[in-house]
Amino acid sequence: MGVSQAGLASVGAFAEEVGRDGPVCVAGGRTQWHVGGEPKPGTREVRAPGGVVSHQPAEMIVRVLAGTRVTDLNDGLAAAGQMVPLDPAAPDHATVGGVLAVGHSGPRRLRYGPARDTVLEVRFVNADGRLVKAGGPVVKNVTGYDLCRLMVGSLGTLGLLAEVVLRCYPRPAASRWFRSVPSLRDPREVAGRVYRASSVLWNGEQTWVWLEGHPADVAAQAEEVLGTAFEEVTRPPALAYRHRLSLPPAAFSRLLAGELSAPGPWLAEVGVGTVHTDRPADVAATLGISWPPRLEARVAALHQELKARFDPTGRLNPGRQVAVAVPV
Amino acid sequence: MAQRTRATALPVAALVADLSDALSADRVRSEPAEVGLYGRDASVLSGKAAVVCFPLTPGEVAAAVRISRAHGRPFVPRGSGTGLAGGAVPTGEVAPVVIVTTKMNRILEVDPVAKLAWVEPGVLNLDLSRAVAPFGLHFAPDPSSQQSCSVGGNVANNSGGPHCLLYGVTSAHVLAIEAVLPDGSIALFGGLEPDPPGYDLRGAFVGSEGTMGIATRIAVRLTPLPPAVTTLLADFDTIEASAATVSGIIAAGIVPAALEMMDQRITEAVEAFVHAGFPTDAAAILLVEVDGLPAGVAAAADEIGVIARAHGARTIRVATDPAERALLWKGRKSAFGAVARIAPNYYLHDTVVPRTRLVEVLMQVYEIAERHSLLLGNVFHAGDGNLHPLIVFDKREPGIMPRVLAAGAEIMQVCIAAGGVLSGEHGIGLEKRDYMGLLFSEDDLAAQAWLRDAFDPEGVCNPLKVLPGGSRCGDVQQLPPGAWV
Repeated sequence: MGVSQAGLASVGAFAEEVGRDGPVCVAGGRTQWHVGGEPKPGTREVRAPGGVVSHQPAEMIVRVLAGTRVTDLNDGLAAAGQMVPLDPAAPDHATVGGVLAVGHSGPRRLRYGPARDTVLEVRFVNADGRLVKAGGPVVKNVTGYDLCRLMVGSLGTLGLLAEVVLRCYPRPAASRWFRSVPSLRDPREVAGRVYRASSVLWNGEQTWVWLEGHPADVAAQAEEVLGTAFEEVTRPPALAYRHRLSLPPAAFSRLLAGELSAPGPWLAEVGVGTVHTDRPADVAATLGISWPPRLEARVAALHQELKARFDPTGRLNPGRQVAVAVPV
Repeated sequence: MAQRTRATALPVAALVADLSDALSADRVRSEPAEVGLYGRDASVLSGKAAVVCFPLTPGEVAAAVRISRAHGRPFVPRGSGTGLAGGAVPTGEVAPVVIVTTKMNRILEVDPVAKLAWVEPGVLNLDLSRAVAPFGLHFAPDPSSQQSCSVGGNVANNSGGPHCLLYGVTSAHVLAIEAVLPDGSIALFGGLEPDPPGYDLRGAFVGSEGTMGIATRIAVRLTPLPPAVTTLLADFDTIEASAATVSGIIAAGIVPAALEMMDQRITEAVEAFVHAGFPTDAAAILLVEVDGLPAGVAAAADEIGVIARAHGARTIRVATDPAERALLWKGRKSAFGAVARIAPNYYLHDTVVPRTRLVEVLMQVYEIAERHSLLLGNVFHAGDGNLHPLIVFDKREPGIMPRVLAAGAEIMQVCIAAGGVLSGEHGIGLEKRDYMGLLFSEDDLAAQAWLRDAFDPEGVCNPLKVLPGGSRCGDVQQLPPGAWV
């Protein structure tokens, strides 16, 4: 897939704007601006360029500038019957670069995997204002170290995303939501019996199941697996919570066992382990996990080693923290 | 940059004594004949180890690392030794200690509800899938070497396999890694929760080819076995027709579970080996598998049949019976063993090209082999664009090695020129280290070195691999004596 001259020019201009000196932070759609803490006051703000550089449907990959709104990306892909299942809560505002820098996956992670697995190539601006490429525009690649995954979720503290190549998927022929009658079933039991559901959500009372694929398969699963305990609904429950907790299986089992009584509302991604909530500390305390999540000392030291090499003067997104270190 | 390994190491006898104290004498080997076996992997490269040791626990791995360093020696992690890029070949300014994980081969825990397992690094890939099959699950990465390669090796190489077309490569199936770092400390990367805090060091570690530490426990994601599977075998009169069919399937928006191609030379060798009824008179065959729910599988299989016929497929055999499917896959996965019938040596390449350019690149690859008077076959993951040109030869034939190597270099350059990359699943190791500059700028390589140096600031962990000389502060430029590329 070629790199267009316009794309090259805009990432070059972005690198120039980032430059070599002074603290700089990058803004996308500001939909997750609170994640990791806000940049230090007075930090110069830059924005990555936007636009789809090239989409080759026969390769099922798309090269897109980091400042592209997710809606614009998927509108462009829809004409060819394709999509990238990033699925942020506010796709009209959220940018591709912002979604990846924050690293939050969409509700279809159960089927399509985490956001990081859609990334095939990144071009980012390093702390010296120079463009760095990692990965490549093919669907399978082990050429060199995997800086793509290192960048996803790094909140722009190691480099500022300028352009990415993403893996596309065919748009499913059928896409339907189903909602259970209240308090009927163990959501994990349902999730275990549905084959490759796109999403299973649960709020402690009701379960929503998103089925996608061949229309006959979706209909058969709805009838045979979900049965009369579910009814079709036109839209999923709102996922517009401010925070998300990440539960290991043991903590998720406590959630299922009803140990989370008071601090609602919340919505859990069954089979994934993510809980969306506005009260993360309360939910975490109930389930016996730490909030905010903490790094072990040796891993925290590696974070410092990485930061010292990628951004020796600490000019990239100062104030933002990817995690809290355990005090040594 | 701190001083790297000492220029002169302490005597081997003292090293053996210290390792024997920490492990046990029978798991530390220094006899030249035995150590010689660990000078190679499945590539055409070789090096020389000082000592080989076989730890049983993370604590023993950490001890082996610390003792190696105390004796001024680098160390080289090794799984089953099936790597094809020299990643496990011992190299260093002084002969390294090879730390072999094959004896750490227990499946520690299987959680069928959460669909995950904790394993030790020496567990063989296929053994894991067999062990979890009673739960209706499997470990999705399925390299052709899956009967002999280890999960630890899969992690080091971010291994692929035919079914990674749909399910993704190893990185998509690794949740957490406990590793001994180059300083002898132990750390956990990733976790069982969906979004562990901090940078994705798990993702950075996967595919680092043993240069950032030694995985000692691995949590893997397990994938449900599909309710319906159909395998199609289509055969063609021309390579062009088969490659165009591949492009046609992808362009139609179908993502098969696997989409493999074998040319006539490989098909003949495979058929003589497994007798699966592969058509040996076809110029190329495609093995296409679709899985999932029944209606989607049937629709995709029909559509693939239509596309293949439109591109001139001669016959299409549909296998839905598990035994027949298993036989077809046995053929595909035996290809590299089967070519031993053609000539005693082979050099297997691994590059990826955009899928729309398969036809032209394949034609160039055959032309290169012809120009160098070499026998070459192709058997590869066509759906990913992941080529595996296979040069078969007899290294005793005078003057053949320079031709084999020259052809290999030209194949790689053709793939890069078509917009491809150096490796799809075998890794860079030693083999392709000095070609990294074809794809990456100095700034790109410097950023990769920052990652590696954060884990291994003193360059003691599998030195001289992956990054070309000069990318890392203090790197020695030349390959070690005994290694040849």
